[in-house]
Parts: sequence; structure tokens; C-alpha cells
Amino acid sequence: MRLVVDLTKCQGYAQCAFLAPDVFSIQGDEALVYDPNPSEEQRRRVLRAAAACPVQAIKLDRVDRAAVPPVPGEPPEEEGSGDGSQDAFMQTGRIVIVGASLAGLRAAEKLREEGFSGSLTLVGDEPHEPYDRPPLSKQVPAGVVAPEHTDLPRQREIDADWKLGVAATGLDLQGKQVRLADGTALDFDKLLISTGVRARPWPNPEEAALKGVLTLRTREDGARLQELLAARPRRVLVIGAGFIGSEIASVCVELGLDVTVAEAGPAPLGAALGGVVGAIAGEIQKENGVDLRCGVRVTALEGDASGQLCRVRLSDGTTLEVDVAVAALGVIRNVDWLEDSGLACGPWGVACDAGCRVIDANGLVTDDIFVAGDVARAPQPMFGYQFLAIEHWGNVVTQAEVAAHNMVNGQAGRWPHLAVPKFWSVQFGHEIKSVGVPSVADEVVITQGSVAQRRFLAVYGYKGRIVAAVAFNQNKWVEFYEPLIERAAPFPPPLALVDEPTHADPVPAGFQAMASPTQDATVVVTGHDPGERRATLNRTPLR
Amino acid sequence: MTESSIWDQVLDYSHRPNPYPLYQEMRKTPVSQLPDGAYLVSTYAEIVSLLHDPRVSSDLSNNPHALAMAAEAAGVRGAEESIEAAAAAEAEGDGEVEGEGGRPMSKTFLLMDPPDHDRMRRLAMRHFGPPNSPRRIADLEPKMLQLVTDLIDAMEGKERIDFVEDLAYPFPVSVICELLGVPDEDKARFRVWVDMALQSTDPSLDPETQKARGEEAGKELNAFMSELVAAHQENPGTDMLSAMATDDGPEGRMTTEELVSVGLLLLIAGHETTVNLISNGALTLLRHPEVLQRLRDDPDLAIPMVEELLRYEPPVHFVPFRTALADIEVAGTTIPEGSAITLVLGAGNRDPGHVSDPDNFVPERENNEHLGFGGGIHMCFGAPLARLEAQVALTEMARRLQNPRLVTDPPPYRISPILRGPLHLEMDIDGIRP
Repeated sequence: MRLVVDLTKCQGYAQCAFLAPDVFSIQGDEALVYDPNPSEEQRRRVLRAAAACPVQAIKLDRVDRAAVPPVPGEPPEEEGSGDGSQDAFMQTGRIVIVGASLAGLRAAEKLREEGFSGSLTLVGDEPHEPYDRPPLSKQVPAGVVAPEHTDLPRQREIDADWKLGVAATGLDLQGKQVRLADGTALDFDKLLISTGVRARPWPNPEEAALKGVLTLRTREDGARLQELLAARPRRVLVIGAGFIGSEIASVCVELGLDVTVAEAGPAPLGAALGGVVGAIAGEIQKENGVDLRCGVRVTALEGDASGQLCRVRLSDGTTLEVDVAVAALGVIRNVDWLEDSGLACGPWGVACDAGCRVIDANGLVTDDIFVAGDVARAPQPMFGYQFLAIEHWGNVVTQAEVAAHNMVNGQAGRWPHLAVPKFWSVQFGHEIKSVGVPSVADEVVITQGSVAQRRFLAVYGYKGRIVAAVAFNQNKWVEFYEPLIERAAPFPPPLALVDEPTHADPVPAGFQAMASPTQDATVVVTGHDPGERRATLNRTPLR
Repeated sequence: MTESSIWDQVLDYSHRPNPYPLYQEMRKTPVSQLPDGAYLVSTYAEIVSLLHDPRVSSDLSNNPHALAMAAEAAGVRGAEESIEAAAAAEAEGDGEVEGEGGRPMSKTFLLMDPPDHDRMRRLAMRHFGPPNSPRRIADLEPKMLQLVTDLIDAMEGKERIDFVEDLAYPFPVSVICELLGVPDEDKARFRVWVDMALQSTDPSLDPETQKARGEEAGKELNAFMSELVAAHQENPGTDMLSAMATDDGPEGRMTTEELVSVGLLLLIAGHETTVNLISNGALTLLRHPEVLQRLRDDPDLAIPMVEELLRYEPPVHFVPFRTALADIEVAGTTIPEGSAITLVLGAGNRDPGHVSDPDNFVPERENNEHLGFGGGIHMCFGAPLARLEAQVALTEMARRLQNPRLVTDPPPYRISPILRGPLHLEMDIDGIRP
């Protein structure tokens, strides 16, 4: 059976680990790890675990169950119904989803749930059906889960036409067609873009091609890393101490491998959590035996005669003998195929409104092109309407659901995507949970628990308002901070809480100044009459 | 009807069989204040938010008024009648007052805030479940089945059984004794004090006698657990009490006082609530014979059904004695700093704002998020044990009792409005299936 745990919901109650101890286990205080593909023998125990989850975070494959309503479901009550064209679209419309991962799958399920019974096509450039990526930096490299055992469970049958292993290569907005790499084209009435991101490769192609050098994004990457680590390398170099890099370092420690982390910034997780909390994450790495080097760049990866990586040079002047180097340098958004489409897209993603409707190059909202997931860049009303691309699992799910809903509902019935961003990470036996957007903050304060014990809550503020909270092994309190972020409650919060620390003064959060992508203006405007004026994306680099 | 009159009726024994219409009335005002100043919270979202609110304390020393109420409740209702009250009774005034025999007693984690709560709970959890003892509960399943089988076998030849006496009470007691390492011969002793404590809630006795019985029961239970702890320290076995008494984890070993208080908490809370879960479940099944039949045909139905029972007929109806550490705004009402708060879980579980068709028992209900075990850091420690026990007991009841019929509906209820369940559950049966 297949399962996935929505760890953005999980609060570490461990009911699943009690009831199905062969499938679910707890690391440290409350970090849950699980087998996404347990054997049939575990079936009853898994059912018990899923039913017992206090926050209903365990999702099982349900396609073979009789209880699943037939496809399509009952069409929902449509406000202002009587719109014949809308009815016809629901029956016989054509929806194409480009990107067959978490966002694409969840959107497809939601479309059927909402009663869309027309034709549904899912296009994916990978040859696999949708799989879950978080295990690729955790259970998979640790060798406890096979990479092919990470298929996402199906909440319902979606009756889709799958085009897997075929990339989309272009979009004809006028002709309402998606062009595919196999030379064919798909007509659509409505399109969902969910092409996600890919790993940013090591910039030197020759060095990147050495055996033992890899990035981590796909199932194949996960399989390769698992294999490389199982061969017991002398030392592993992780380049970049973001979440992926830190999780890989954690797995290396778990496997008893020597690992060096080279981070150009002052602290691990600094871009996501800031320098103050990042420094704590850095202490955790060091006390777990990671050779963490901050403010250090990798200057060269060197191979032996057979093309196998054997040595790396660092900007601190040292040389390390390593067999494996993982470039964890962040991501590139998969927008290349949209280059000439006339949509507002670029390195920052595909811009959309809060309802996931894509914005074109003129800044106009389209009505039949939607976007969801890591590739989407949407205004966040909670944070001054900044356009943010959020690469979190939970955001992908909620955004896909909103996009799907809006694709099959008229103006009056549309939803804004206003979910507070959340993410989690499991590293070195610690559960890190974040709610809100820490990176927009200017200050941070510890409100509960003890940093020394690695059990604490950090609350982030921006100009006197709470914008985020990050918990280390304090999962069950996170829920309290979410409405404070939604209501822009004053920062620092007045403290009269259980388990207050003795020192609770806000300090600068320690984020590095980040250039906004909008600073690189890449649009030129042409024409004079209102009907002629057009904005065009300028692909020529400005400098 | 005013809030206080609704609340008085909830507490009134005559409404014990069906408090739900009163809860429906109560939910019209999600947060209300009682004449004694305490606040009642009755709707799902508001209860959940307060369960996760670090401005809400479980430590009674933050609230002298609640402390007095808790002590009174403990004295009047008897140690076993509410988990909270039981803990308060054990603590004999929350460590402010000397315990039995002049020895200061440590309170249980039920009435503590972090970081003390977290440390004590982790110390106990080390030997109960994940991450250190992940298999202890799941591995008890065969033993549970054996215990239920023996109890049902013993019904052979009877035409009328009392499900509480014959199964719902002795089964969880045996399980918790097995888990903690309480010898079989002590089960009978233990029952004597529980009965004695029950007399402390008998309205036919005068208050002085009630109080005396309750105190005597508390004293005896303490002495019993002290003896048991000493025996396990000297002669450890593989049970949980031995493990707690002898293990040196990263956070050190529990003191004898802590062992006695945690031991008593687990012994009492570990079965009193489960008795209600199982007997409320049996009663609900007898009222829904078609579900009983479906459970017979498909034992896996027990898995979602027990969750629905925890929602529909929860064993614990309120969480009393919480205290606001600051002014807390909930659903448009400000609960002032220092106020006592009672969360009415039984009302929140049937909040139509949270669950559709709340007054219907829907055994296969999906995505059932309920308040049956509370939530937040104080969520029921024994939840996985209770779930498994209820699943085993009710599945076997459905499979083996032939044509069970309820004799009296509603059955007589126990006194407590907090731990709500039948005192007896008589049913006629045509026989026992093998």
C-alpha cells in the first residue's frame, strides 16, 4: 500500500508510531519518519494508525476502495448557475495539466472531486507517475526506503490521459495549444501550469560531470545518492547548507559517514531562517559531528584519471579528499518552455493572482491559464502583497486545490489562496517546523522553551508585526502562532506564556539583504494607442 | 436559559444519560462565564485553539480559586472520578500541602506546565511508547485478545450479563496491571479502594462520610503504590513500572515520589476512562444493531468506529481547571488573566461548525478529528492503549455475543459528569459463540 504523511499537519503525537511501529517511527522528541510503501501484512496496523492520527495527516491510497465515489462526483452547486457554457465545460471541456508531480496530481484529484467530467490530460517530462520528493533527502539516501517506493497515494481515480516522459516545449496562447517534445500538440480549454523546479547544477559543467558529483531533485538522483552513500565514501561534501543540504548531512551522520558542509553564507538555513536561528542549526550540525564550514566556497572539484571525483578545494585554502559531492544550491524554475508564450514568467517563476490565474506580460490576468506549485509566484496579501514563490510541500497542495477549484468555478465562486506558508524539516533527530514567512522578518525573539535543550519557539517580526514562527521540537505549539500571523499581531508578542525563557528580547533576525527579482526589469513597452500598447519580456541580459 | 442554568443541568445527575441537548444550547454562546467566575468553552475551534494556547496553564498554583475547586472536587468526587481530580487528589493540594504520611507528594504531569510537564511526560513515555519503547502497546494485542476471550468465555451459560462488571471494567484493569506489573492478586485489593472511593460520590451518604471515604481510599491507594514501587525497585521485571524504577535515561531516573505519583496516575487514568469508552461503545452498538451486525461481518470497521465513539460518546467530557495566564480573546470574548477555564470536549465533539451531521453515529466517518483525547501537549498519554483495547473488546463483543439486547435504556450512569459512562450495562444474550 502507498501512503504519505502531510508533515505540515503532523504535530508529533506519535499515535501512528504506537499503532504501526514497523511503518512509522519517531526520531528524537517528535520527528516522524515513515515507510511510504508498507507491505500488505501491515495493512490493519496502518489503517489503525491513519484513523488514530489526531490531525488526520496520513493519506492512504484509496483508489481500490469501494467507498470512493464514482468519477465524476456530483457537480457542486454553482452560484449564479444557469450558465450554459459553464455547464458544457464541466461535461465536455478539455483541461491540460503540464507537470505531473504533487501539484498536478492533487489538482487533477480536486478537479474530479469538484465534478469536472470532461477530458483531463496530465503531461510530465519524467517517465514516472507522480511521486513524493521529501523522502528523497531523508529516508531514500538513508537506505531505508527504495526510491521507487515513493509513489504518491491516490485519493481517488482521476481518469486522466497520462503523457509521461514527454516534456512540454511551448504554449500557444492564441491557439490554446500546448506543444510537446514528441512533436504533437494538445488543445485545451483551460491549462494548469505545474512544472515545478529543477535542481541548480554545479556551475562548472566539466566538474559537474565527474562521477560522484550530483544534485538531488528527482527519483533517479535519490537512487544515485543512496547507491553512492551505501558504497561508504571516505568523505561526502555537501555544497550549500539549505534544507536539502542539511538533511543530506544529517543522513550522512546517521550512516556514520564523514561529511563536510560548505556554506557560502554565515550560517546553515540562513536564507530560510536567518542568521540567529541559523546559528543554532549550525551548532546542532557541529555537535553531531558535521565538519561545517560557513563563509566558505568550493573553488574546484577534481577528478582522477577515471573521471571519479577525488578531491575538492575550498576557499579557506584547504583541500579535502572526497568521493561524493552533492550540490545543494537551490533550484531553477521550469519556465523555459513558456519563453515565447507572452506570460509573465522568468527566473522568479510564473506570476499569478491570488486565485492562481496566470498574469500575462502586460500584467493582465488571464482567465483560462492557471499555475500552482513551486513554479508559481503569487501575491501574498499577508505580507504586503509581495509576489512570493513558495517551494513547500503544503503550499503545493493547498495552491493546487485552489487552482483546480477556480478552474471549474465562475467569478463569484472563486477562492483566493491565502494559506499561511508552512514547512518542516527533519535533521539530526530534530523536527523543525515553520509557519509564516521568516525571510521577510527583521527581528526574532525566542518565546518558549530552551535553545540549549533544542526545544524552543522563535517568533519573527517585521516592522512590529508577527510574520512567522519557527519551532524546534515544539510542534504542538505552532498552531497558536498561525492566527497571530494571519492577524498581523504586534511583535514582539506580550509574553505571559508557559515555559517562557529567561531572556526574551528581540534581536535582529540576521537575514542577508536579498535583491528582489523585480529589480531586474526585463520588460519593454511598445505602442501608443491604448489598444496597441503591449509589454514584452526582454530576454537580453541588462548588464 | 442562562449559561449557569445550563451548566447546573449538565452537572445534575438526572441529565447524565443525555447531556447533548444541553451542549447544543451551550454552543450558542461559545465562551460563557459562570457565576463563580470560571469560563466555559463549548465549540470545537475555540477548544482546539485553547488546547494549543501557551497562555493557558495547567498548573493549579497559578490559580488559587481553581486549586480550591479542584481540591473540593477531589474530596467530594473521590480519587477515581476524574483524571484531573484524581491527579489533584494524589497531589493532595498540588505539592503545597504535605502528602499522606507527612511526605511531600509530587504532582503528576497532568497538572504541570512545561518544562516540568515535558520532562516528566518524556520520562514516563520512555517506557510506554516511541521513540524508546515503540512496540510495547502494539505487542500487547495478543494478550488483550486473550483477556477478552477469557472474560467472554466466563459468560457461558448466562442469559443476562452486566457488560460493565463482566468485561468493560475487568478488561482494562487487567491490561493496565499487566502493563505496569501489578500482580494478579492485587487486582482485588485495588478494587476495594476504588469501590471505597466510589462511595465518596454516593449522594445517599452524608458529606462527611463521603469525604472520609474518599480520603481513606486516596491514602490506601498511595500506600499500595508506594509498596508496589518499592517491590519493583528491588525486584525489577519486564513491566513498565520496573523500567521506570530502574532506567537511567538522559534525563535521569524518577524519584520514588515521582514513581508513586506517575504509577497511580497511569493505574487510575489508565483504566477508568477506558471502562467508559468500552461501555459507551457497547451501549451505542446495542442502540444500533445494524452496526453491530456490520462489525461482526467486518472487524476492520472497529478501527474508524472507535474514533467515531470517541467523538460521539467520549469518555471524558470536560477538561477543567485550566488557567488564563494573560487576557485571552476567544470568539469575541476576553477571558481575563487569572480566570479558570473549563473546556467542554463533549460539546465541541458535536459542533456542527466542525463536523457534519454531528448527532448521528456514523461508524465509518472519515477524517474524524475529534476531542476524545483532548489535544496539544496534554493529549491523553494512554490514547493508543485505549484505542486498541476498545477495538479488541468491541470486535469480540460483536463476534461472540449472540443476539445481545439492552435490558434498561438508558442504563444507570456513574455519578461523574466529567468521566461519563454507564455504571451498569445489563444485557440479555442467547449465548456465546465460540
